[in-house]
Amino acid sequence: MNNLIQAVNLESCPSERVLPDRVHTSLYTDAQVFDQELEKIFYKTWIWVGHVSEIPDAGSYKTTYVGKQPVIVVRDRKQAIHVLLNRCRHRAATVCEHKKGKTNSFVCPYHGWSYALDGSLRGVPHPESYADMLDKGEHPLVSLRVEQYAGMIFATFNDAIEPLEDFLGAAKKWMDLFMKQGGGYPIKVAGEHRFRFPGNWKIQLENTTDAYHFPLVHKSFLSSVDKQTEEMLNFVGGSGYVEDLGNGHSVMVMIPDLIDLEANLELPIPARFEELAGQLREEGHDEKAVRRIVRAVGGSGFNLNLFPNIACSMAFFRVLQPIAVDETEIHHAVITMDGGPAVANRYRLRLHEHFQGPMGFGTPDDSEAWERVQKGASAGTDLWVMLNRGLAGEQASNDGLVSDVSAETGMRAGYQQWKKMMSAQETQ
Amino acid sequence: MINLQLLNQASAFIWQEADMLDHGEFESWLALWTQDATYIIPIDPLETDFENTLNYAYDDHHMRQLRVTRLTSGESISTTPRARTVRTLSRFRLLADDGKTVTVRCAQNLRECRKDVLKHYTADITFELLRDGDSFKIQRKLIHLINSTDTLAGIGYIL
Repeated sequence: MNNLIQAVNLESCPSERVLPDRVHTSLYTDAQVFDQELEKIFYKTWIWVGHVSEIPDAGSYKTTYVGKQPVIVVRDRKQAIHVLLNRCRHRAATVCEHKKGKTNSFVCPYHGWSYALDGSLRGVPHPESYADMLDKGEHPLVSLRVEQYAGMIFATFNDAIEPLEDFLGAAKKWMDLFMKQGGGYPIKVAGEHRFRFPGNWKIQLENTTDAYHFPLVHKSFLSSVDKQTEEMLNFVGGSGYVEDLGNGHSVMVMIPDLIDLEANLELPIPARFEELAGQLREEGHDEKAVRRIVRAVGGSGFNLNLFPNIACSMAFFRVLQPIAVDETEIHHAVITMDGGPAVANRYRLRLHEHFQGPMGFGTPDDSEAWERVQKGASAGTDLWVMLNRGLAGEQASNDGLVSDVSAETGMRAGYQQWKKMMSAQETQ
Repeated sequence: MINLQLLNQASAFIWQEADMLDHGEFESWLALWTQDATYIIPIDPLETDFENTLNYAYDDHHMRQLRVTRLTSGESISTTPRARTVRTLSRFRLLADDGKTVTVRCAQNLRECRKDVLKHYTADITFELLRDGDSFKIQRKLIHLINSTDTLAGIGYIL
């Protein structure tokens, strides 16, 4: 009976907890809401699981999670990409414990059941005991639906969901723009910083399109960069904007000049890149290639937030993984130019280390702020979290709604999608 | 035959560095390094090409200075208040000595307390120490956290 009463309460909650300009504090603190989010969001929509460069060859794989369920992302011999539940169909042991690697098959260490790269069950040691009671065709590793766009791989448990490209919608053109930071080379994920903070996943989701915090939380980072970079990052109050792209996706353009990295190649090379440009010329790159690489090396001038778990954030991928109502894991994956000049890639690696990661000059301060949000949310449990910044100037755009660069438009977009998904009935 | 005199000299130098970091004597700490020295905290324990891979930290002299400034400026909410740390170093072993540079590997156990939370980091540290008169300068400090491939929390001090 208890279960029945709770279910009724929860069904009525989402629409009441998200208003056009605010969300209820319990969205950060209610463990029941968190469980519902896994069911109604993370197990219902498209979840980013990797970039194609992470599994470059036949047999390359990585392990990750969809919601809280461990999965293997693997490329088979025919180059098809599979996302498989990391669970043996015999007695449930995980069949792979490495974060990444290359293999011919997945063999369960417990009793030796072995699976092909497409998840099909190949071999069972000593099958005689089963006689004809085991149909191998009925026991493959469970396979999720997989689709990709612009090299980004998404998976879903939901066979009835719309195609990935329809879900991404207006965000697709921003994904295409983001990939231009390869500077003429394909982009490559070349490692990541992984950290956790004691706070709800939506606190991080909000942060990706939050320009407002940047000058304050990242003051120590801004003090550590050259004047020109500091000027460039002084975007609050500038001509940038935040746009709601539909389906919970949004983009925050901080530096409009760096939306399209292949435009304006004739502009003077900024002083901070002169040394790099010189090194590239010495290596024999022609002037167009030099300008293309130099313009791309610092990343794009925007953060694209794709609901619910991935962002294309200036020069890296931000992946979020919900652990508990008050615990979230974040990966900041560094992007390099695949086959590009080592000197340019070193620039990108050092840039990433400078801001990101547990010892970066940016991430720990973000993490501290988010931790304080979670802690503060235990006070005034009937209060609301205000998200009305930039509402006054918000206007309709071709793709949705647009407001100034430090508007909370992107957060409102995310929460409207949250409300829609959390309110959906289980009947479809 | 272990060169105990050299081992003692190197250990004493490394303990001094540790003590400076625990007690916030950053200007003295910066002076321990050669100008082209590197301070490296890798992620992948098997990696050897640190320059061309992603690390937690890959600091040249300029970055070490910036790191010290960040810790002491009061501009960063994750380092203000500063974490209190106590690090214990032991298991010193001389790995190489070419007459100019001495390579020493040791174990570090560090306890951190900040805002009522106690954390623990264990690392293998390999020092390349350039002989400098009757002491040394640090040429490279390579810190292999034993949990480098796991998720970490923010580290608002110098390991």
